[in-house]
Amino acid sequence: MQSSMSNQWGAYLDFIRIRFLTMLAYRVNYYSGILIYSLNIGVYYFTWKAIYGDGGELGGFTASQMTTYLAVSWMARAFYFNNLDREISTDIRDGSIAIQFIRPYNYLIVKMMQGLGEGMFRFMMLMIPGMAIAMVLFPVKLPTELSAWAGFLVMLFFSFLINSQLNVITGLMSFFVENNEGFMRMKRVVVDLFSGLIIPISLFPAWLGGIMSFLPFQAITYLPGSVFTGRIQGASIWNVLGIQVIWFLILLIPMIGLYRASRKRLFVQGG
Amino acid sequence: MAAIEVRDLRKTFKVQKNREGLKGAFLDLFKREYNEVAAVKDISFQIPEGEICGYIGENGAGKSTTIKMLTGILVPTSGHLKVGGFVPYAEREKFVQHIGVVFGQRSQLWWDIGVIESFELLRKVYRVPQADYKKRLDELVERLQLQDLLNRPVRKLSLGQRMRCELVAALLHNPSIVFLDEPTIGLDIVVKSEIRDFLKDMNRDHGTTILLTTHDLQDIEALCSRVIMLDDGRIIYDGGLEELKDRWGTGKEVLFQFGTATKLDQLRSWTGTLPVIWTAENDLNAKVWIPRDIGVSEVLGQVVGQADITDIKIIETNTDEIVRSIYQSGSADKPANSEAEVESKEGAVIHV
Repeated sequence: MQSSMSNQWGAYLDFIRIRFLTMLAYRVNYYSGILIYSLNIGVYYFTWKAIYGDGGELGGFTASQMTTYLAVSWMARAFYFNNLDREISTDIRDGSIAIQFIRPYNYLIVKMMQGLGEGMFRFMMLMIPGMAIAMVLFPVKLPTELSAWAGFLVMLFFSFLINSQLNVITGLMSFFVENNEGFMRMKRVVVDLFSGLIIPISLFPAWLGGIMSFLPFQAITYLPGSVFTGRIQGASIWNVLGIQVIWFLILLIPMIGLYRASRKRLFVQGG
Repeated sequence: MAAIEVRDLRKTFKVQKNREGLKGAFLDLFKREYNEVAAVKDISFQIPEGEICGYIGENGAGKSTTIKMLTGILVPTSGHLKVGGFVPYAEREKFVQHIGVVFGQRSQLWWDIGVIESFELLRKVYRVPQADYKKRLDELVERLQLQDLLNRPVRKLSLGQRMRCELVAALLHNPSIVFLDEPTIGLDIVVKSEIRDFLKDMNRDHGTTILLTTHDLQDIEALCSRVIMLDDGRIIYDGGLEELKDRWGTGKEVLFQFGTATKLDQLRSWTGTLPVIWTAENDLNAKVWIPRDIGVSEVLGQVVGQADITDIKIIETNTDEIVRSIYQSGSADKPANSEAEVESKEGAVIHV
């Protein structure tokens, strides 16, 4: 039993490797990615600079913290972002999901592994060079303690898990609605806005910020970003990690539920 | 033990109803209406181990839906189902370890990576021990002549090359039951016959049970001892291919070529009372239609000694025609009215 379990994971790990290699084959696409992410950071940097003017604090952020927060959030997005929703939706709509069900593996785990392969590729090819460029161009201050970095990497992994779970749930909706396109676009905007990528949640009106603290989105960008920029320190860091773990566990329920329900809804296109 | 057991299997789909007009479209936004459509209607059959069975029917007859239930992809609406000792949809991950599936219209190889990498990945997915994998792969690669293709990316293969690789991908884990959904679709005649030979050998050497859907009846003739024919979700024929031909073949035609001019009336008088039908294009070529209960030799015996014959050709009704006429009538219970057809043919000739 033990050995068959580890063999099974051998196949799953291979999906990470193969997605990584596939991305590498198309790496030219990613040079433009580095540019786009750096540009985004630049646009928001100059916008915030104009808003701050001669200093002060906004929503508990100093101008310098805001710059770092921006750079870190965008670079974290390079890792946790993936198109699993679109991939799953396409599998369902063109019927190639049938091929996934004739194999002795769990489709959702395979999808998560592929997402992780993509994330690792972006981490190395986009996030690290992008961060280097951002640090040259803008006054980004990264922490120097090893513990902050270790904590950030763990949280980044949970950002990936939570974002991917939301993507899988959105993708599986294709079983239940005829055209999932609108839903997927809405999800993307909602995640970018409510995760605190575009505006930190502490700048939201109090009532909206209150609602946000009951939703999973803040656990993707805002909370890990706050830890990494040093706004959240000490024991509160464990609270942040706890919130991420709780959301990861909660989101497993609708994800697995939808997957089970969809097995009965399945209707393979094309005969 | 039967490899596949199906009893009262049924699958219905909910299909969205689109109401007419602007008002209908607006109503659809708020409350959807659905129609229940039955794709497979309470079918039953058994396939013993080691049999190659053809599963045929027109587009939309329910073939693919059945295959998808048998392979654990779809969950049946009702009925009993057992394949290789498993209930496919209930124990999917364990069950699929024992079957191989090829969909002619869908690739199961990974598009961007080399063929051999796809095979390696499948080895891990199916947890095939390295030694078994190596032996099996060598055997398949040699049999299907894939040596030169192994390192190419799948997207650079021709359809024939890809289909041979698909077969290997479906068979690496040595499944005892194989489902083939239109495996020869779009292939040229050479690849088609290669694949047929391969399947035949596999069935003989490994005792693999094969269920095959196809629109190419030559696949059926080359491979299958048994045919299940489906129409509108119901089985309309289940039995041997020969039996189907016997029951449905309306008779034989014999083409004569004469050295000297021979009149139609002359020919008719030779065969006298036999219920055969003569037609002629000209004095040198004539055709006789013989119903299936009369021996060809009986007719030939009457003609051969008397006419100056340069060539004789016997034409049997082929499976294509038989199947086409069954599809058209939508039922395989027919023998009775084949006589009626003879009469009407005869009538036509008399009036001419």
